[in-house]
Amino acid sequence: MSETIERAGSGMQAAQAPAPGGGGATRLARKRHSPDGWWPALFILPLAAGIGLFYLWPLLQSVYYSFTEWGVFGGSTWTGVENYVRLMQDPDVLRAIVNTLVYTGILLVGIPIAVVFAALLNRPGLRFAMIYRTCFFLPYIAMPTAISMVWRIIYNNDYGVINSTLRVVGIEGPAWISTEWFSLVAVAIVGLWMSIGFNMIILSAGLKGIPPELYEASAIDGAGKGRQFRSITVPLLTPSIFFLSVMTFIAGFQLFDMLYALLGPTNPVMPKTQSLVFLFYDAAFGANEKGYASAIGVLILLIIGLFTLVQFRLQRRWVHYAD
Amino acid sequence: MRFPHAIIGAAAVALLLSGCTSGSSGDATGPINLPEDPASVTGDISYAIWDVNQQPAMEKLIADFNTTYPNVDVSVELTAFPQYFTKLQTQGSSGTLPDVFWMNGPNLQLFASNDMLAPLEPFEDADLFDPSNYPSAMNDIYTYDGTQYGVPKDFDTIALFYNKAILARAGVEAPTADWTWDDYHAAAKKISDTLGGEGIIGSGDSTRNQENVYPAVLSNGGTIIDGDKSGYDSPEAVEALQFWADMVADGSSLTPAANADTEGFDRFLNGQVGLVWGGNWRVSGVLESAVAADVSVAELPLAPTGERKTVIHGVANAMSAHSDNPEAAQAFLSYLGSEEAALIQAEAGAANPAFNGTQQDFVDSAPGMNLQVFEDAATDYAEAYPVSKNTGAWNKVELDLLPQAFSGERPVADVAKDLADQMNEALAKEK
Repeated sequence: MSETIERAGSGMQAAQAPAPGGGGATRLARKRHSPDGWWPALFILPLAAGIGLFYLWPLLQSVYYSFTEWGVFGGSTWTGVENYVRLMQDPDVLRAIVNTLVYTGILLVGIPIAVVFAALLNRPGLRFAMIYRTCFFLPYIAMPTAISMVWRIIYNNDYGVINSTLRVVGIEGPAWISTEWFSLVAVAIVGLWMSIGFNMIILSAGLKGIPPELYEASAIDGAGKGRQFRSITVPLLTPSIFFLSVMTFIAGFQLFDMLYALLGPTNPVMPKTQSLVFLFYDAAFGANEKGYASAIGVLILLIIGLFTLVQFRLQRRWVHYAD
Repeated sequence: MRFPHAIIGAAAVALLLSGCTSGSSGDATGPINLPEDPASVTGDISYAIWDVNQQPAMEKLIADFNTTYPNVDVSVELTAFPQYFTKLQTQGSSGTLPDVFWMNGPNLQLFASNDMLAPLEPFEDADLFDPSNYPSAMNDIYTYDGTQYGVPKDFDTIALFYNKAILARAGVEAPTADWTWDDYHAAAKKISDTLGGEGIIGSGDSTRNQENVYPAVLSNGGTIIDGDKSGYDSPEAVEALQFWADMVADGSSLTPAANADTEGFDRFLNGQVGLVWGGNWRVSGVLESAVAADVSVAELPLAPTGERKTVIHGVANAMSAHSDNPEAAQAFLSYLGSEEAALIQAEAGAANPAFNGTQQDFVDSAPGMNLQVFEDAATDYAEAYPVSKNTGAWNKVELDLLPQAFSGERPVADVAKDLADQMNEALAKEK
């Protein structure tokens, strides 16, 4: 979802887009005299140059600018930790962290849902499997802004399909996009709905990797479908589930475009619903405080880095690798 | 074998230096001497705009400009409004601004104070620009530190839109120029009370700064910015905000939450609202709507002070202070400020031109709607749209806090005090 930040036209997107899985890189034993010489390095160079120029360099710049007050047209003055002091005293920041965590938490629910759907769709002999898969994947490839516009109509309190239906059965639904907390849940539901497709594709690939012999053997031992799902499918899917939880967390912390399009920037509940990236956007392009915005960017980077690290530490306890 | 290197190096330096001097032969900010023969002005310039609806009119202007200056090639760069100023800032910091571009009030001082814009004094000295051709409040918006930087292109003022059919059904007389805020409130209340069962509400007003808050505060003798201080905590401003809060409280007007779901003016276009304050840019939308035949326009009601005020705002054309082809850009900007250009714009129905006396086409675009009200507002009781060097910073504060006052969540006076404090903080940072 790093395109959300790029759309905001910032040169600081790298601050929110740490390379996923960086902490799990395997360490290769380095040979002093490689028989390949410097050829491998040459092949990596174009990509490395691109990443260096468009990710690492802006990231370092963002860190630098977070210690400055940055003029709108360039030119910055060193202000030390002033932006960070302000960050810690800003009640909006705390609220944005809470909002972002709630949003990400709801998004994580999408993983177990996707596990169930993926297992159902992978049952042998299922008819129209391709059609189902396309239906689930479609929201993921559609433009988030376009999707938000559609959901804005669905959620509308006056004529939206949800509250109109509730009214038929005598329930007065909440004003979804203009009531505190409901607005956040409304955004998260759309995010969840969009993420199922991607989650399912990853999980389907994981399911295809489970040897069929395991199911046969367990069937001979008398295991039913439910037991097979719990004792074979889920444990052997844990590497995929782990990957998804890391990705979901990163995507969740980059919530911006959907929030912006679904609620609208002038929505009265926006101050109570805004995410960290929204705050960053507002500081950078609303208030023209790009130094402070950089500090928010660095904060997002640190939070994502910290949670990713924790997840990699915890994975030893619950992730089973097949070998 | 070192010698040749030195020669090559010296040659390169010489080339660079000569390149520099040739690049700075034109000056975008000094005195203007356009050549006698327009055909001798040559080259490419870019013209940045944000409204796709106005692009055809802008192309027409360029075609007309080319009849006088056949050898200048003007290319239009269209960027949607939400990205427009972000892009312009980026271009400004990398020295790649378009030669001529649209500017708005909230951004003028930011760009002017950073030496991004060509001042208009040289144009005046060369008789290529005359501020007296435009409403004076428009000139004020585009003046920073005593120097004007933008040639007003179009303007908008605020008036009262009303739906005759809804008013008639609710038994409310059509608004007149003598209406006071109390009359307005009573009429809106009567509509809500009579037709509320059908989902029709009296007023579609909301927390829109430009259309509701600013005109009310100014009408009541208050200010938004007074020098370098916020005017929101003055008793006049608080009274004006209270007027809107009272309207919301008894159901005469929409709550901020209801506005977030379906905007007040959209409800007006759907025939669900009887009265609403709106700018003249709304007219084309009204004409395309189902209620077009029922809508008319009147003056804003009078505040308790017996006064009425509207804010006036509009787009201006500005020229980059760092244009690579200043001669062509100066010629084009001068043309854009001409009466000829204003008439072409008006004819295309693109916008209400700012050049005095060229608005008749706009007024005639809806003969039954009494659009002359907008033009009279500009000449008789308009005040400049409030801006400062970093308008965006305190616009954000308004956006965050004002809904709390209108929704009744917090007392109006408390919100106004908070708003003024935070706004003063933002204004202090501009120094």
